[in-house]
Amino acid sequence: MDKRKELDLRKKATQIRKYIIEEVFSAKSGHPGGSLSCTDIFTVLYFDEMRVDPKNPKDPNRDRFVLSKGHCAPALYATLAVKGFFPEKDLYTFRKADSYLEGHPSMTYVPGVDMSTGSLGQGISTSVGMALAGKIDKKDYRVYSILGDGELEEGQVWEAAMAAAHYKLDNLTAFVDYNGLQIDGNITDVMNPEPIADKFAAFGWNVITVDGHDHKQIKDAIETAKTVKGKPTMVVCKCTKGKGVSFMENNYAWHGTAPNQEQRDQAIAELDALMAEIDKEIAEEA
Amino acid sequence: MGKVATREAYGAALAQYGADERIVVLDADLSKSTKTDTFKKVYPERHFNMGIAEADMMCVAAGLATTGKIVFASTFAIFASERACEQIRNSICYPKLNVKVCATHAGLTVGEDGASHQCLEDLAIMRALPNMVVLSPCDEAETNQAIKAAIDHDGPVYVRLGRLAVEAVHDPATFKFEIGKGVEIREGNDLTIVATGLMVQESLKAADILASKGINARVIDMHTIKPIDKDILVKAAKETGFIVTVEEHNITGGLGGAVCEALSENYPCKVKMIGVEEKFGKSGTPAALLEKYGLTAEAIAEKIIKARA
Repeated sequence: MDKRKELDLRKKATQIRKYIIEEVFSAKSGHPGGSLSCTDIFTVLYFDEMRVDPKNPKDPNRDRFVLSKGHCAPALYATLAVKGFFPEKDLYTFRKADSYLEGHPSMTYVPGVDMSTGSLGQGISTSVGMALAGKIDKKDYRVYSILGDGELEEGQVWEAAMAAAHYKLDNLTAFVDYNGLQIDGNITDVMNPEPIADKFAAFGWNVITVDGHDHKQIKDAIETAKTVKGKPTMVVCKCTKGKGVSFMENNYAWHGTAPNQEQRDQAIAELDALMAEIDKEIAEEA
Repeated sequence: MGKVATREAYGAALAQYGADERIVVLDADLSKSTKTDTFKKVYPERHFNMGIAEADMMCVAAGLATTGKIVFASTFAIFASERACEQIRNSICYPKLNVKVCATHAGLTVGEDGASHQCLEDLAIMRALPNMVVLSPCDEAETNQAIKAAIDHDGPVYVRLGRLAVEAVHDPATFKFEIGKGVEIREGNDLTIVATGLMVQESLKAADILASKGINARVIDMHTIKPIDKDILVKAAKETGFIVTVEEHNITGGLGGAVCEALSENYPCKVKMIGVEEKFGKSGTPAALLEKYGLTAEAIAEKIIKARA
């Protein structure tokens, strides 16, 4: 990945993070912590990898994406809006009664959303279905999905993991947003899903562990996954919950809480400062 | 004509209509029992065993359907409608995906496997889900056409099927099935029996018993539980004044519930609901169980006479 591309992706990620804050602030509810945590995975997928066309969101040959951790809809919506699937101003209607931007993603209402999710554990199974369809139809599209680490406590995830390996779905690449926190606290205190990488390996997956905020590492993992035959790939992404907003980082209290005006202003100021830094680096690069 | 279980008719229908390449069939390690193996023998490349993992199967079905597939997902009714209920609700019904949940081994007539495997609540549960069509055919010809109708219907469908071999009610040469349209299969003006599934056969025999006592019962085969046929019910209520519902299902929320809802809003009329009365099933032969739970033709006729008195 060249320097300029890296800087462009960092800019996109920062823009997405700003929108996450604005969405949750506008709605006065939602899930900022996990959304900020998985933002960099979204950034690489939608701005450096996936074959999607905002003008033709139902293209049968498109790559698919399923947000298995559906509560991180703010990150998905922000990404889709920045990508051009719908107007960015609509993000401010998130979770409102007359908006199409439901609290959890709906494929019926939102252009670019490939599957309705929100009930944990189900999205990864639907990804398996999409990947299986790709095999039946001998199509070359790929299927991507993001799971939460807390979500791994759902038994259905492991049913899906078995099925993906059993049917050798090498067109499926999933990501675990491994930030170590869930609503009630540390994942290891609530119901320990670790060792995560070892478990997926034991279930027959190709497993790659990366820094979930390093775009190059995420991109490299996606590229490696494409070369692996006969196995689905799980990219275990070590992430920081609340990444990019100092007071939200590593604090599970921000799992499902909206910032007040002052907190919103501080978060946006921090992200604006980051954006200015990136712009400065871009200017120096030019 | 020999007896055929509706599950047998289902497997045969899948094989018959399976040339449509959009059709994909999933099973959860019960393909010999649900009869999806009949489809598998003809189209092995479009049959997938998802193992003993019903929750995953329903969502895999949903994922397949997002790509334009018509997906049949089969297991026993208890595991389809109750174990995987929330998957059907959130991943199939909410996005209105083209998945046909074809659930076999419904009702008491599962027999010896007993209560854990005898689903008596599926009609109530599936009927409560928005976007879901609920079918409950009574014989081979009706099942065949119900499966064809499910293929042609764009959206989720639940089909309730039985294990027990049953007599034919309809003539396959002349019968025409339409989703949401009940079928009057016996004329009568003293009362109307509305039955579904294999209770249609018992109800016809109950009507014979009633006729021998000078009571002329109309019999309606209500193969679609949702959307329920309001017109045929209102007409029956107007013309016969008394409705009896008969189902191999708990009396709460199933056919009886659907009929009462339709009538109370459109043409209030006295209704007697016959079914399993807030109980779980138990082991035994299908015939012994129908007798024990009061669902034989004789028991139905007796209950009707008592209710009229």
